Amino acid sequence: MQFGVFTVGDVTPDPTNGRTPTEAERIQAMVAIALKAEEVGLDVFATGEHHNPPFVPSSPTTMLGYLAARTQRLLLSTSTTLITTNDPVKIAEDYAMLQHLAGGRVDLMMGRGNTGPVYPWFGQDIRNGIPLAVENYALLRRLWTEDVVDWSGQYRTPLQGFTSTPRPLDGVAPFVWHGSIRSPQIAEQAAYYGDGFFHNHIFWPKEHTERMVEFYRRRYEHHGHGTADQAIVGLGGQVFMRANSQDAVREFRPYFDNAPVYGHGPSLEEFTRETPLTVGSPQQVVERTLGFRDYVGDYQRQLFLVDHAGLPLKTVLEQLDILGEEVVPVLRREFAALKPAHVPEAPTHADRVVARGAAADATVHATDDVTGRTAEEVSAR
Amino acid sequence: MSTRTLAVLSAGLSTPSSTRLLADRLTTATVAALRARGEDATVEVVELRAHARDLADHLLTGFANTALQAAVDTVVGADGLIAVTPVFSASYSGLFKTFFDVLDKDALTGTPVLLGATAGTARHSLVIEHAMRPLFAHLRAVAVPTGVFAASEDWAGAGGVDQQLAGRIERAAGELADLVTGRPARGGRAGRRPADPFADVPSFEDLLKGR
Repeated sequence: MQFGVFTVGDVTPDPTNGRTPTEAERIQAMVAIALKAEEVGLDVFATGEHHNPPFVPSSPTTMLGYLAARTQRLLLSTSTTLITTNDPVKIAEDYAMLQHLAGGRVDLMMGRGNTGPVYPWFGQDIRNGIPLAVENYALLRRLWTEDVVDWSGQYRTPLQGFTSTPRPLDGVAPFVWHGSIRSPQIAEQAAYYGDGFFHNHIFWPKEHTERMVEFYRRRYEHHGHGTADQAIVGLGGQVFMRANSQDAVREFRPYFDNAPVYGHGPSLEEFTRETPLTVGSPQQVVERTLGFRDYVGDYQRQLFLVDHAGLPLKTVLEQLDILGEEVVPVLRREFAALKPAHVPEAPTHADRVVARGAAADATVHATDDVTGRTAEEVSAR
Repeated sequence: MSTRTLAVLSAGLSTPSSTRLLADRLTTATVAALRARGEDATVEVVELRAHARDLADHLLTGFANTALQAAVDTVVGADGLIAVTPVFSASYSGLFKTFFDVLDKDALTGTPVLLGATAGTARHSLVIEHAMRPLFAHLRAVAVPTGVFAASEDWAGAGGVDQQLAGRIERAAGELADLVTGRPARGGRAGRRPADPFADVPSFEDLLKGR
């Protein structure tokens, strides 16, 4: 099972002192969080993608490319990549490039984005969210799996004889997750392709997660990728920990009370009862997290949100220390002991290369405009 | 003799509240009218005051907490609804409106509703026609023709209630009972849920069609 952190990349004032980090500080904080995640033994760092203040991560592959150079083992991912407003051609190119630079330590999560005004900035309309996700992803897959693509669709200019470069590393596209809170069409999409399904599992009651995952598993089996319990499921989660649970509650409360999304609404106690948020001791986080399995089954990836709502970097890094030392090692052991042998792990690049048969150089060599021959064919004569 | 469920929604804020008093009168009369038509009734009362914070939380978080969800299920699952609000600033109260703001848009389609309103002066007596009916028309609920408005002076008659108000309560209750008995029973809280979003998700082959 993979464990990691996912970040929204929000620039939020620290409610305890009123100080708002600069964009520069927030970007460096995201880098520091990713490096720390590797240092403490986590597996995954995933960044959000946003194109409006107060968020900084508008250019995920720039950040992940930098992190690829600064890390050895960490799997670099997204939460989420906007499949609706990004050009699928650019996604295909950017993430294939990232795959090469990161030695295959890349996967990504598709999401639609729920901020209405963003769509028109990129020439789209939020009311077309689902059809955009369907069409753009279908094209993205072709761009990664077919060397030369002829394509026409509703939302993008047609392609004639187009080759997306670089070709995916070893001829194997990055593994893809699809994230959605409550759109069953997206769970259906993940199931149809045999891709992973991720539920953000924060800010909402667990019933939404439970129903979406159950539906995805059932449809995964229907589409012939394996049994329902072999489907690839990822969950989010939000935690804040201190050795003494009273200290955790006391320290986190001002951040909770003023947080974006749910702040100025329910109390911390109500929200921890109604949603998967856990504020308490590492042991409480272990117990709550193990309980997720009771309603989604054996799953493959657990990402925690730890850097939200204006928490200072120092505090976030302390949270990562606690996760790495006291929480994740126990969760790894306990989840592994519970997982039946026929339930797979989340596929890595290496797994996907093996599944494909072998690594293959997928380079597409250009043809001469006049002769129609490639440089290789000419030199072989 | 079958049993019908009647949900009573009262947006009164004080205790005792004349809004709740009117709701109780309407309820008693409706139960009697149902019995006269050969139907038993189970009554479940939702006092919105108790859910004021739950409703504000829902506006911010986007979901109903456990307590509010139970109230929503009660109203949505009922065979008939009695909805009573005080008049605030020439309309239903914000609390009353918020409850309907967080309902699924189809949640009350076809539900028979008796509308009631209270105010300190009879000058607000058309609030049911001008403010409440459009709201329930939007929700595609079936509001009975007689709405019952009660101003302070209406509580002054013999037996605590003005004879004309008593007459309107009787007539409205009869209209609600007629509508309720003319429909199949829904089975209460568990009997009717909002449309299941997972019920007919198109297969991906259909979503992909033409792409």
